[in-house]
Amino acid sequence: MAIWLTKDSKVIVQGMTGSEGSKHTRRMLAAGTQIVGGVNPRKAGTSVDFDGTEVPVFGSVADAMKETGADVTVIFVPPAYTKDAVVEAIDAGIGLAVVITEGVPVHDTAAFWAHAVETGNKTRIIGPNCPGVASPGASNAGIIPADIAGSGRIGLVSKSGTLTYQLMYELRDIGFSTAVGIGGDPIIGTTHIDALAAFQDDPETEAIVMIGEIGGDAEERAAEFIKAHVTKPVVGYIAGFTAPPGKTMGHAGAIISGSSGTADAKKAALEAAGVKVGKTPSETARLMREVMSGR
Amino acid sequence: MDLYEYQGRDVFEKHGLPVLAGGVAETPEEARAIAERLGGRVVVKAQVKVGGRGKAGGVKLAADATEAYDRANDILGMDIKGHTVHKVMLAETADIVEEYYFSYLLDRANRTFLCIASVAGGMEIETVAETDPEKVAKIAIDANRGVDEALAREIVTAGHFPAEVADQVVDIAIKLWQTFRAEDATLVEVNPLAKISSGKVLCLDAKVTLDENAGFRHADHEALEDKAAVDPLEQAAKAKDLNYVKLDGEVGIIGNGAGLVMSTLDVVAYAGEQFGGVKPANFLDIGGGASAEVMANGLEIVLSDPAVKSVFVNVFGGITACDAVANGIVQALAMLEGRGETVTKPLVVRLDGNNAEAGRAILDSANNPLVQRVDTMDGAAERAAELAAAGK
Repeated sequence: MAIWLTKDSKVIVQGMTGSEGSKHTRRMLAAGTQIVGGVNPRKAGTSVDFDGTEVPVFGSVADAMKETGADVTVIFVPPAYTKDAVVEAIDAGIGLAVVITEGVPVHDTAAFWAHAVETGNKTRIIGPNCPGVASPGASNAGIIPADIAGSGRIGLVSKSGTLTYQLMYELRDIGFSTAVGIGGDPIIGTTHIDALAAFQDDPETEAIVMIGEIGGDAEERAAEFIKAHVTKPVVGYIAGFTAPPGKTMGHAGAIISGSSGTADAKKAALEAAGVKVGKTPSETARLMREVMSGR
Repeated sequence: MDLYEYQGRDVFEKHGLPVLAGGVAETPEEARAIAERLGGRVVVKAQVKVGGRGKAGGVKLAADATEAYDRANDILGMDIKGHTVHKVMLAETADIVEEYYFSYLLDRANRTFLCIASVAGGMEIETVAETDPEKVAKIAIDANRGVDEALAREIVTAGHFPAEVADQVVDIAIKLWQTFRAEDATLVEVNPLAKISSGKVLCLDAKVTLDENAGFRHADHEALEDKAAVDPLEQAAKAKDLNYVKLDGEVGIIGNGAGLVMSTLDVVAYAGEQFGGVKPANFLDIGGGASAEVMANGLEIVLSDPAVKSVFVNVFGGITACDAVANGIVQALAMLEGRGETVTKPLVVRLDGNNAEAGRAILDSANNPLVQRVDTMDGAAERAAELAAAGK
């Protein structure tokens, strides 16, 4: 078991014929992901060869689902078209939409999120501006490098891609059930809380690494959730202790506004919820190692 | 991107919101000319992207054009909380009877937009929300439905606006939402929204933040950027599509991925504590690809900061393999030499992840005396901090 993405997941790629889409489709296939199709209305009926694997291109998400039974879509379309792509995925009723695209206007994200809510939240949305979901050894939906770590007992949820990779690498000998990159935008579909809840319920996950960064109050809310609902050990890391207020640090959502969104406040909230928070990625890995050594 | 008040006023005017006539001046002479055009009596307001300018003496009344010249002369060049005043806005004066508050903003926690409106404006809305919470309306706005007349009336009632201004505030609520939406703003705030003696309700201030991710559909937004106020290194970096933020320390930072770079800043600051408080000099994310050219551009920007005494290149090979990154560093240094730049500051490089061994071997065989290789993030941060302290 893993969360949200398993070896049985059938994955389609919106934007598969674009440069990023095709590069990462090849990687996902190499990682063992069941890629069953791509979507591009102008190339419907054709197929793309990825090192000997023929992947058919469909005209719409709905067509692809009907023909292949796909239940996951990974979205690589450019920012100007992302809203339409996500709305199409929601309307087709796909179970999971992973939105990799960086630079989506926040009004567009708010619009597709509102549409998802209004239509009954049938589609789990991860992202935008995220590295995706990887269940090592089973399936990989997004751009997380598949060979950093193997399958194991740790669940990981992070706003940051490279910090996900860093922590997966440091803990590669223990391995991961699933790693979820939720993205660094101000509005994102799946939150730390959603992932924490899923890891709490996943029998294969024994402990959880939660990586946050400055901006917003998602980590504070996650701390409240942990206090109330999570019994598995959680180790945390927050990036941006030395970031100055009012400056966006790479991720659109990583900004301290006035006195809110600071790393110190997030760390304090997590510690109050019983989460051990590392000062650096290496210390965070060490804390997790201590947790796992008793198991 | 935060706009200046005068830019916000222009945006409001463009969308049909009631504002006072005004203009912006960079010299007392310009201020006098604008005051003459506006009929003499004006308010002169410092244009800074920080709150509390009134208390700091950055807002003054002028009875006529000559006084406008004097007040502009006083205010231009003032320092308000570390921001130097380069521009003043001049606006007609208004006889304010009541001050209200109105805003739309991004609500990250609820993944939607929020309207905050109150009859009690003119002061810190946070204070009012604490002392008089029932006077402050906070209403979630559905991104797809927006604000129609019915919702606008609901807001006006919840914000306790008096009956005699209700219709005007409803109209403003709708137009302000249209502004927020059409301009891809993440904040539009009017404080005060004021009733003047004629009974008319006007937007007397305009605080607007625009979403830079939406720049592709707003060709006019680029002109709103205040290039003069941006740090020259940040400007040079932006021209090369690099994600760079200038900080005030001595250790130049280059890394891949926003989260890892933020983390690198922290680790360097911790390490710097044992070397006399050495700190990171910048944030620079060169992204996942990190070609030799991008690395060269990044190094060029970081090395051109005179405060930088050492550079820490912190790369985790995820998608990009470390041997490609190592080749990038070697080629980047050669490229800089080729551009006529003599690199004299030490570089500490940490490569980990995909093909780390091959990457390290490439750096070792290049044998550049300026490049030191340390294989852990913590160790490399410490070395970079130590070198920066020695170079001070």
